[in-house]
Amino acid sequence: MTAAAVIEARDVSLTFQTADGPVYALSKVNLTVTEGEFVSFIGPSGCGKTTLLRVIADLEQATDGRISVNGMSPQDARLKRAYGYVFQAPALYPWRTVERNVALPLEIMGLDDAAGRIRRNLELVNLAGFEKKFPWQLSGGMQQRVSIARALAFDPKLLLMDEPFGALDEIVRDKLNQQLLELWDRTGKTVVFVTHSIPEAVFLSTRIVVMSPRPGRIIDIIETNFPRTRTLDMRETPEFLAVAHRVREGLKAGHSYED
Amino acid sequence: MKTEAAAVPSLPARGEGQAFPVAVICLVILVVWYIAAIPMNWVVTESKIAAAGGGAADILYYSWNEQRPVIPAPHQIMMELWNAVFMVKPWAVKSLLYHGWVTLSSTLLGFVLGSLFGIALAIAIVHSTFLSKSLMPWIVASQTIPILAIAPMVIVVLGSLGFTGLLPKSLISMYLCFFPVTIGMVKGLTSPDPMQLDLMRTYNASASDVLWKLRFPSSVPFLFTSLKVAVAIALTGAIVGELPTGAVAGIGARLLQGSYYGQTVQIWAALFMGSFLAAGLVWLVGVAERIVLKRMGARP
Repeated sequence: MTAAAVIEARDVSLTFQTADGPVYALSKVNLTVTEGEFVSFIGPSGCGKTTLLRVIADLEQATDGRISVNGMSPQDARLKRAYGYVFQAPALYPWRTVERNVALPLEIMGLDDAAGRIRRNLELVNLAGFEKKFPWQLSGGMQQRVSIARALAFDPKLLLMDEPFGALDEIVRDKLNQQLLELWDRTGKTVVFVTHSIPEAVFLSTRIVVMSPRPGRIIDIIETNFPRTRTLDMRETPEFLAVAHRVREGLKAGHSYED
Repeated sequence: MKTEAAAVPSLPARGEGQAFPVAVICLVILVVWYIAAIPMNWVVTESKIAAAGGGAADILYYSWNEQRPVIPAPHQIMMELWNAVFMVKPWAVKSLLYHGWVTLSSTLLGFVLGSLFGIALAIAIVHSTFLSKSLMPWIVASQTIPILAIAPMVIVVLGSLGFTGLLPKSLISMYLCFFPVTIGMVKGLTSPDPMQLDLMRTYNASASDVLWKLRFPSSVPFLFTSLKVAVAIALTGAIVGELPTGAVAGIGARLLQGSYYGQTVQIWAALFMGSFLAAGLVWLVGVAERIVLKRMGARP
């Protein structure tokens, strides 16, 4: 399958200047993400996985190297509303009901068929019937699903997710992982997913990007070669454990214990 | 566990079970007041009490029923209030309703103008670092000038330009009450957390979308807190605005006339009228706050 490149990063570096001297958040990152892939960034905190996602989203700007999203600069891609972004916290607006939270991007972009889009996307995240609830009336997992529906509402081809389930408990996380996979399979979107959980990364991804801190860099890229439709039982299979092992080895190798 | 992005504005707690403590405090104040009235009025009442015989009953009678006391007893003030509110026609010169209305109307005009001005300033400050650096010191400085010093100038200057009556007084209210609104709104408009702002950035939202769909709704709890302060000092401003002009109507005018003619009971009645007005206005803002926050989905 030769799919078009959605994200292309060539020697991307990002250095933050701080009072304590420069912080090398990203160093010479090379990565290509093609259409329809599910790519996970995994690594310990400080490895630049969130920074890399934010560079793709034009929420941070690379200080060196070239990066393109849909063949244009990240800024142009953002101005063209090329991606939906899911944050670590739901970041719902508490004065808006569930449906009006999902409607937020539609209002800003002036898209038509708002009612239909809201209904379809809330069904997609299994939240039909909760339209009139306020965020505080929902559990953490439901709130995060609303934020996913909101990110999907304007139908972006690219979904950027920054540890979306990091704050949730294991059981809820498993369930949402499964739902996310189904959603990815059904919609055919390209997903870039940041996580610090090895099982989550292996279970979800077509490719896993293992990253390491100081300086933030990519140390391994692993193809998983699992079928698109997966069940949670898959996590007991030798193939799954082998991939998980390789990820763990990569994380260990990249982690400098001197400091 | 990450906390939810923005704190859900919670409704102010309703005053349940407050009646008893409030009643106790009121009672204590009344007792202290009545007792204190005896020595404080002694200068005026001494000779009358002596003439009447000087018994305990005489002391109490004269201390609490003096025509022009140093400090009137609470029931005298209540009687005066009752007479000035219910026993005269509302449009009569002696009616406190009439004077209260005069002050209230300029208070409300000043409050509306001041709040709008305060909100506009806050919006400008939040959107421009230049303005926040250049305007903030002036805004703070404006409030360090004693209003009593500036009020006569404002009234005289505006009077010479042909503006008299309601508007000059309102401007003094406005001058006082824009300040808490600006300070509160700057805080409120900058209260959205970085994630909520980043979300708007990913949508490529315009500055006006960010303002009206994120910053302004986030600032509503801050706005109402400021408005409660602002409405009370708008009333103060209106009363102060009536003092230097020799105004013939309004609570301030009533206070001034009372002090010219040594009518302490009248002064106190006017003061009470002013406090009732202030309390009523703050209460009304509180009611509006509860209604608005409830509609904005605040946790009951």
